[in-house]
Amino acid sequence: MSFPWAQEYKPQGTVSKWVDERLPLPRLVYNAVGAGYPVPRNLNYFWNFGVLAGVALVIQIVTGIVLAMHYYASVDGAFNSVEHIMRDVNAGWFLRYAHMNGASFFFIVVYIHIFRGLFYGSYKAPREMIWLLGVTIFLLMMATAFMGYVLPWGQMSFWGAQVITGFFSAIPLVGEPLRQLLLGGFAPDQAALNRFFSLHYLMPFVIAGVIILHIWALHIPGSSNPTGVSIKGEQDTVPFHPYYTAKDGFGLGIFLIFFVAVTFFAPNMLGHPDNYIPANPLSTPAHIVPEWYFLPFYAILKAFTVDFGIPFTGVIIIEAKLMGVLAMFGSILLLFFLPWLDTSPVRSGHYRPLFRKFFWFGLIPCLVLLTYCGGKPPYTQWVILSQIAAAYYFIHFLIILPIVSRIERPLPLPNSITEAVTGKPLETAAA
Amino acid sequence: MSTVKKTKSTGKKPVKAPKGPAAVALNADKATSGGITADDLGVENNDQAPGVRRRDFIHIATVSFAGVGAAAVAMPLVSQMSASADVLALASIEVDVAAIQTGQSIKTSWRKQPVFIRNLTPAEVEEANKVDVGGLRDPQTLADRTKPGKENWLITLGVCTHLGCVPLGAAAGEVKGEYGGYFCPCHGSHYDTAARIRKGPAPTNLVVPEFAFISDTVVKIG
Ligand code: HEM
Ligand code: FES
Repeated sequence: MSFPWAQEYKPQGTVSKWVDERLPLPRLVYNAVGAGYPVPRNLNYFWNFGVLAGVALVIQIVTGIVLAMHYYASVDGAFNSVEHIMRDVNAGWFLRYAHMNGASFFFIVVYIHIFRGLFYGSYKAPREMIWLLGVTIFLLMMATAFMGYVLPWGQMSFWGAQVITGFFSAIPLVGEPLRQLLLGGFAPDQAALNRFFSLHYLMPFVIAGVIILHIWALHIPGSSNPTGVSIKGEQDTVPFHPYYTAKDGFGLGIFLIFFVAVTFFAPNMLGHPDNYIPANPLSTPAHIVPEWYFLPFYAILKAFTVDFGIPFTGVIIIEAKLMGVLAMFGSILLLFFLPWLDTSPVRSGHYRPLFRKFFWFGLIPCLVLLTYCGGKPPYTQWVILSQIAAAYYFIHFLIILPIVSRIERPLPLPNSITEAVTGKPLETAAA
Repeated sequence: MSTVKKTKSTGKKPVKAPKGPAAVALNADKATSGGITADDLGVENNDQAPGVRRRDFIHIATVSFAGVGAAAVAMPLVSQMSASADVLALASIEVDVAAIQTGQSIKTSWRKQPVFIRNLTPAEVEEANKVDVGGLRDPQTLADRTKPGKENWLITLGVCTHLGCVPLGAAAGEVKGEYGGYFCPCHGSHYDTAARIRKGPAPTNLVVPEFAFISDTVVKIG
């Protein structure tokens, strides 16, 4: 599609020719994920996770649609209908556990996918649009997973809905009316449950649409690669099929082994037992935590406990509550600006000694710490640790990254992908 | 108009337009240079001219009309989201508080939200009154939050003003936090014996709903 040496689709039989002239869909597939799409020859397994995320979405859609055939979105019946799926529906336990753990695995895969982008600088020119669409997909996924988690109408479902819609009440003036508009009442109830079900059904298809744009944008420059060096010629690439269909297929097998192992042997490992207690609007569980994939953001939310104002005057500029909510959303929205915060022309972290230090010894421990603190009760020591980690998160992206990009002396880059792979200079390898 | 004329003189030869409306449509490009001209339609068709064209008006008018229509359709689509009539109908409840002993509290439910009704002990009342109101995040006295002569009856929503958890402290044996009132375990908000926010992320005191004593022992909430 994007390179002159890409193999051309040649329909063989008369039927293929007939179809190709009328609706060149096979041609599109051939050029997108077939032999017609040249891909760097040196991709490592981190480049497998985009395909895995796509598979995870398909798993969610397929299992979700069949769950919806048995699920009943009513405050009196939802919890029981999920138990009915678990106990009475043939293979219902499997479908539900697959959907429940499918969501977790979807996030695992997407987090690794994002990690790949962060380390190898995939967000840089000319791939900014791919990155922006990716962050959009991430936001949509979070909304989808949140609404799905409300559906079983257990204790965590209910209080999750209460707390997360509570974020909106932090907005000055319009906050509380907005929250009531979103819930369709004063607290989560029938109206909220029903609309969450409707939207939970819709959003995955919206995600699928944005994924198509994401891949469209990807196919214009083509994939980046672990060296971050652009493709110089045909010798730097191999056709997607059969090379990467095979590699991705192997990775998929490994992924599915982990997925079914957890689904069959530890299906509730990543969940929370309180969600097997029916929702009780009069009693909050002693320790409410979101699903594990939201923990870092939850920790940022909880890190803000005092108002921000002018000291000793009592003038409050931003309330702690609003600040926490802004910081939490800000921590994700910030990713939209990443392509313009990191101005270094070198993409791959392999050739950026200073960037790499801050990445491994700053950002990664900071994210681990946030995830850990997010799951802890709001005791002073955890709050202080979250505050330190949250501060580092913002400093890393807003201050360290722009400065590092300016002062760092990158290591010498290989002249081409082929040179990096074979160790031979470009001319001999090309010959 | 001048442009049209110029096109005529420099451009193609005028072509005789075939008769009939369908034929005109098929030869739309010829129509301007031959059969039907901008003059015939009574419009100035000088697309290249800078500034406002008369056609802009009809574009804007059309798009505005469609926009108003779209907004009119969006209105019911959005307003269906707000609380429906049956939800709003659960407007008020009456509670008999005679059985609540000094120092005890109960939880009840109003508009699907928990409500705490607490019979404060004299010590708790005193503690609440001792506080320097000016130093509070949400300055209010106990008297502001209760009815005259009934300062011991503290009636609040059991909804933390942070993100809406039910604080602890209303039921026997629950922790009451560092200020002896309520404690929200979700993100650690502490409320005092007048249910005022003292520590933690919640921005305001627990909300006091509209209520009135309709007899000595019966409260109407809402
Ligand atoms: C982006 C893809 C999706 C994600 C991340 C996702 C996530 C979730 C999560 C986390 C739950 C709660 C599981 C539990 O605790 O039991 C859930 C439940 C549910 N989802 Fe999805 N889902 C997705 C797609 C879909 C689709 C396409 C449907 C089709 C209608 C669907 C239908 C349902 C139903 C009916 C439930 C309630 C049953 C249950 O709790 O097991 N989901 N979803
Ligand atoms: S909801 Fe009470 S402290 Fe956050």
